Amino acid sequence: MKWPAAVALLLASLTACGSSSEDAAGDRTLTVFAAASLKDSFSEIAEQFEAENPGVTVRLSFAGSADLVAQVEQGAPADVLATADERTMRGAQDDGLVEVLDSIGSNRLEIATPPGNPAGIRSLADLAGRDVQVVLCAPAVPCGAAAHRVEKIASIDIEPVSEEQSVTDVLSKVAAGEADAGLVYVTDVQTAGDSVDGVPFAESAEVVSTYPIASLSRSDESALAQSFVDFVATGPGQDVLRAAGFGPR
Amino acid sequence: MALTSQHSGVPRWVLVPAAAGALFIVLPLVALATRVEWGSFFSLIGSDSSQAALWLSLRTSAASTVLCLLLGVPMALVLARTTFRGQAVLRSIVLLPLVLPPVVGGIALLYTFGRKGLLGETLDVLGWQIAFSTTAVVIAQTFVSLPFMVVSLEGTLRTAGQQYEVVAATLGARPTTVLRRVTLPLVLPGLAAGAVLSFARALGEFGATITFAGSLEGVTRTLPLEIYLQRESDPDAAVALSLLLVVVAVLVIGLVRGGRGAAT
Repeated sequence: MKWPAAVALLLASLTACGSSSEDAAGDRTLTVFAAASLKDSFSEIAEQFEAENPGVTVRLSFAGSADLVAQVEQGAPADVLATADERTMRGAQDDGLVEVLDSIGSNRLEIATPPGNPAGIRSLADLAGRDVQVVLCAPAVPCGAAAHRVEKIASIDIEPVSEEQSVTDVLSKVAAGEADAGLVYVTDVQTAGDSVDGVPFAESAEVVSTYPIASLSRSDESALAQSFVDFVATGPGQDVLRAAGFGPR
Repeated sequence: MALTSQHSGVPRWVLVPAAAGALFIVLPLVALATRVEWGSFFSLIGSDSSQAALWLSLRTSAASTVLCLLLGVPMALVLARTTFRGQAVLRSIVLLPLVLPPVVGGIALLYTFGRKGLLGETLDVLGWQIAFSTTAVVIAQTFVSLPFMVVSLEGTLRTAGQQYEVVAATLGARPTTVLRRVTLPLVLPGLAAGAVLSFARALGEFGATITFAGSLEGVTRTLPLEIYLQRESDPDAAVALSLLLVVVAVLVIGLVRGGRGAAT
């Protein structure tokens, strides 16, 4: 009869852990689900928001946009949702999960190369060369769809050596020198700092993706959620996003 | 089942947590099956990219199983039949891929066999490009599967003991003959179990592959990678492919359990 007691104790301690992190002294918590590419900007914005709203804690959860929408659809406790493209947000919209929708900024593609650009990439057309190892996002993910449209506009055919799941996967393979070039967002090149070089190209202006943000309809903190949305969409958050390379909304 | 337990002396109450454990594993699989769009199941798993992913998975898993046999059997023999300094440490290191997060394995492989990796440049000079190739997939799968081969075979070797080998040796058999005629036939069930476990593990490999090998249809995009990608655009296809992977895995594991039952 010893082990049931031990199991009970274990379960009790686990559940105790779970509940003790909840607001103890009437403090309010806002849970924000944001696309992985917003990680740096939103961490900074959350700090500013907390400073302006004493007693408010912003909990941030970062993942791929599709993962976030799937989590929200399965009932994950989020108050605000920010995705990397409108298509994924539309999924949440169709399910009636989204209350107020706004846009926080835009992003466009840039070529990323390993530091020093060893393959000498100067333009988008260089990526179509036979001897260049290019990594793209898969067409199923937002950055891949954008890459596909850019290829069409420039009427070139890039034959990637790999179609990755996310921008970060592309970026890490380029940064590691595994690939000669990759197509990522302007903001990713900026965030990556010295680990990659960026090569801008003209065609990217024609494929601009918009980042939407929304408060969620079943949030218990809808007023607070809305003020966070405003803070990012029209308030001080805009400065942070501009500094990170995001274009106007 | 309850009748058998009375005879074998297992206390009845054990059945309750045992059933809970079984339910814990079965229930998610049932939940998966309930989400399958059965009407379009076969068109979902029959698409060109799904077929390419399944075929690539089966091929690479078979190749990595062969590699696991070639590398794992000697390792198990050394660990089970010899004693040397640092053996315990070596055993721990061999088991490491079992507990490493697959992404860590992938990163480690990248910095070993990648273009800029420890061996990458040498291999590049020899004209062997591993980055973004099917070879990279096989390497990733072998890395995570090898411990399964070594562990199950070493266990069998230790349980089997050495008396037959000693007898064979005293009768004048050379070590290689003993290995071929006595040891390996003796541990055949363990060898089969290890091979099938390795195959199953390779089939499910995801993290190291996506980190190290990349993802390109027909070249490096195995079934688990295809499922992860499909989730992004076509969740129904992802669910259908998940079930397909489960079925293949169950078939593979069932194969060895059946074979083992007959052998013992």
